[in-house]
Amino acid sequence: MITIAIGISILLLLVVLFQLFRIGTLASIFRGSSQKAAGTTKTSNKVNSTMLLLFLIIGGAAFVWSFAAAWDDMNQPLASVHGEWTDELFWTTMIVIGIVFVITQILLFWYSYKFQHKENKRAYYYPHNNKLEIIWTTIPAVVMALLVFAGWKTWTKITSSAPADAVVVEVMGKQFNWMVRYPGPDGKLGVTKTTLIDATNEFGIDFSDPNSHDDIVNPLEIHVPKGKPVLFKIRSRDVIHSVFLPHFRQKMDAVPGMPTKFWFVPTKTTSEMQSETGNSEFKYELACTEICGRGHFAMRYVVVVDEPEDYEAWLAKQQAFAVQNPDVVAKFTSAAGQKPATEEAPAPVAAE
Amino acid sequence: MSSTDIAIHQTDMHHGHDEHEHHHDQNFFEKYIFSLDHKVIAKQYLFMGIAWAFIGGFMSILFRLQLGWPEATFTFLEPILGQWVQNGKLDPEFYLALVTMHGTIMVFFVLTAGLSGTFSNFLIPLQIGARDMASGFMNMLSFWIFFLASVIMFISIFLETGPAAGGWTIYPPLSALPQAIKGSGTGMTMWLISMALFIVSQLLGGVNYITTVINLRTRGMSMTKLPLTIWAFFLTAILGLLSFPVLLSAALLLIFDRSFGTSFFLSDIYIAGEALSQTGGSAILFQHLFWFLGHPEVYIVILPAFGLVSEVIATNARKPIFGYRAMIGSMLGIAVLSFVVWAHHMFVTGMNPFLGSVFMFLTLIIAVPSAVKVFNWLATLWRGNIRFTAAMLFAIGFVSLFISGGLTGIILGNSALDIQLHDTYFVVAHFHLVMGAAAFFGMFCGVYHWFPKMFGRMMDEKLGFVHFWLTFIAVYLVFMPMHYVGIAGFPRRYYNWTGFEAFNIFTDLNTFISIAAILGFAAQFIFLFNFIYSIFKGRRATLNPWHSNTLEWTTPINPGHGNWPGEIPAVYRWPYDYSKPGAAEDFIPQTVPFSQTQSSNLPQERVLE
Repeated sequence: MITIAIGISILLLLVVLFQLFRIGTLASIFRGSSQKAAGTTKTSNKVNSTMLLLFLIIGGAAFVWSFAAAWDDMNQPLASVHGEWTDELFWTTMIVIGIVFVITQILLFWYSYKFQHKENKRAYYYPHNNKLEIIWTTIPAVVMALLVFAGWKTWTKITSSAPADAVVVEVMGKQFNWMVRYPGPDGKLGVTKTTLIDATNEFGIDFSDPNSHDDIVNPLEIHVPKGKPVLFKIRSRDVIHSVFLPHFRQKMDAVPGMPTKFWFVPTKTTSEMQSETGNSEFKYELACTEICGRGHFAMRYVVVVDEPEDYEAWLAKQQAFAVQNPDVVAKFTSAAGQKPATEEAPAPVAAE
Repeated sequence: MSSTDIAIHQTDMHHGHDEHEHHHDQNFFEKYIFSLDHKVIAKQYLFMGIAWAFIGGFMSILFRLQLGWPEATFTFLEPILGQWVQNGKLDPEFYLALVTMHGTIMVFFVLTAGLSGTFSNFLIPLQIGARDMASGFMNMLSFWIFFLASVIMFISIFLETGPAAGGWTIYPPLSALPQAIKGSGTGMTMWLISMALFIVSQLLGGVNYITTVINLRTRGMSMTKLPLTIWAFFLTAILGLLSFPVLLSAALLLIFDRSFGTSFFLSDIYIAGEALSQTGGSAILFQHLFWFLGHPEVYIVILPAFGLVSEVIATNARKPIFGYRAMIGSMLGIAVLSFVVWAHHMFVTGMNPFLGSVFMFLTLIIAVPSAVKVFNWLATLWRGNIRFTAAMLFAIGFVSLFISGGLTGIILGNSALDIQLHDTYFVVAHFHLVMGAAAFFGMFCGVYHWFPKMFGRMMDEKLGFVHFWLTFIAVYLVFMPMHYVGIAGFPRRYYNWTGFEAFNIFTDLNTFISIAAILGFAAQFIFLFNFIYSIFKGRRATLNPWHSNTLEWTTPINPGHGNWPGEIPAVYRWPYDYSKPGAAEDFIPQTVPFSQTQSSNLPQERVLE
């Protein structure tokens, strides 16, 4: 019944609108404005040009206000060394393009208003001016060159190879959660093979490689020390994922068959960030930013930044996978090493 | 002029030149369905484009509902979406399918086929002074192959496993493995077949556009007397011809990987409880191939809009376009550079950082010709005598959107800044403004301006104003706030974002964006009504309603097959002699020889008298 009532009201509204449109058309014929060349009617020109100007003023004000209101939300708390460089470069570039944005938009709407059609007026025949054109080709070219240079310097520093003493963490994406592996006391990650993956050995670690025996697999949270370089070794075992750490300004795709990496230096521990933001629940988060299927939106993992000594203490408490799962390792030491793959149903489960 | 006068005038023309009377014995099918006439084919493209735009737009409304009200239940959608809504909740895979199809439809079917297909077909012969395209038959094939592609894509929406859902960029392995997502089953197969056909259609059309522009220009129409529209369509066709085959090869290799066990893009994969045998392929290779088309593609979308907008701004500002040669030069520059910037979509894929530096450099260069174009449009408006037609409003709106969206490209093209912003709503805001909304504005601008030539009637200007203002405001309300959430790193293609503390602060903004999007979509029905109503009941057009210089306005109001009864007019001057000092009128059509305009000729033109 309600649906019918809504339907009828919409129908009536449409009929009313249509009649208004008809009346408008007839009125314009009656006034004779339909006789004039399109776009030369005084009122409609006045209305449109004034609205363009109003759009500039009101729209500009709304933009400034909303930008200021969203300022705190859009600036995610920052906790890495290189993040300071990119944030600074970002806002510098924003100022440069902001200036161009303001000037060009003002000119566009102001000219539209100022040079609206008037009877008995002729536009100014001005087909080109080489000097002007050279100037406004050169200026953007120079500005671009400066921005490229600044970007290139920052980019080169960020993507340089990680220091040898970096803390190594392997992050593997799969549908639909992240898996994490620490190399253990020897500092070396054991070899992995896709064919060795099963429900227990989800990394496909080859335990005939001695480096693998102390590997720590799937801690509840990723722990990293503050102030030390951290190297993420990234891979995926099914489709492409992407490791995104918004607070560390870091992002790198996880590609099956092509290991990737990035390194960064965290600058604030989780508890420091909690007191700084005044949010006792604050957590560093890892999100997936490459579409990977049904559970793409739920691939969350928590990163904890500790003081170096807390980190060491945490690491010391972690048990190696080989210790937790002696039966898996036993298969490698006993002859064959091949075992029946267990069925594993992919389910959209968040890391938590 | 009243409508009766025009009718008489028109009959006069026909009786005066009976030489193409023999064209009139076509039957219904030859005339309207399998027509070889470029004008009919253009309209067919336009109707298809509009239909697809409404489908694609509606999809965006569906996923905006989900994003704006993530906790709400949408039981009222059950009648139209069926099993995709369970207990009022949108299926996450269907959400991804919506996003994917919205992108595919808008980029390829609306803004490539609907925009180039319509206006290249319609305007090239009319503006260069040709009877038709170089090959009418190939032109017809081009449309009908596009139609077939459309049918296949449309059917895929109704599959039980859903249409393709791996994003419009269909990166493998997600798009290669049905185990990874349901949409990569039959839906993906149909996507690939449809796109392969689409590419064939684009190539047939493109070859035709290029040949026609090169060979069939009328007497006196040198390349430097062409309207900028034609230059834009010409360069667009060249871009398409060179880049679409690369997408075809990528699609073909993907088909092999999907169906015949090859390993072009697949390696070391363990999925759904088993390790796949494919090894040694590169998932990144696909991205290189895809973006080798994908980046020129955004210029295929925006160049025609450049052309249409330049023409409409010059006509309605009653001024020559400022820096005609610089405008051509910048389009050439953009066209060439567009082939060497593709990897700026891939800064964080793990490709060599040195390659990233090279592509950052090349990408930021492309900002220079784009800036020149904007400055030239502004200079064209300066000291003009601007007539605010609906088309002109959309042209001004286009420039505004192109500035707003283009500037953020300078940020995204910088690899260091792209680290944080890649695949966030900042990117979504950027490309929707600069090539989505802007190209749509170019298209609207073209439809309002050339409607009288297409249908012999005018669209209602006042409804056009209402349509413009609602759309313009809605576009800014939708996409400006997206920058804010994007700067915070809010990822795109997220079905639900409430699980993340970093992103769940944006509930209000997301709701706001969704409301604005719904209003903007609703406003398009004003256009639809105006368009359909005006075809049948619009005010009759005059011969040259906008007092324009270009050749199409020298044809009869409803040009028949062959466009000009009698001889094709010769061209003597460039198309931008507006408000020339000393001239009687504020426009001098291209067909007027210099001998007739001695009072307004410039010193260098005296020799041409």
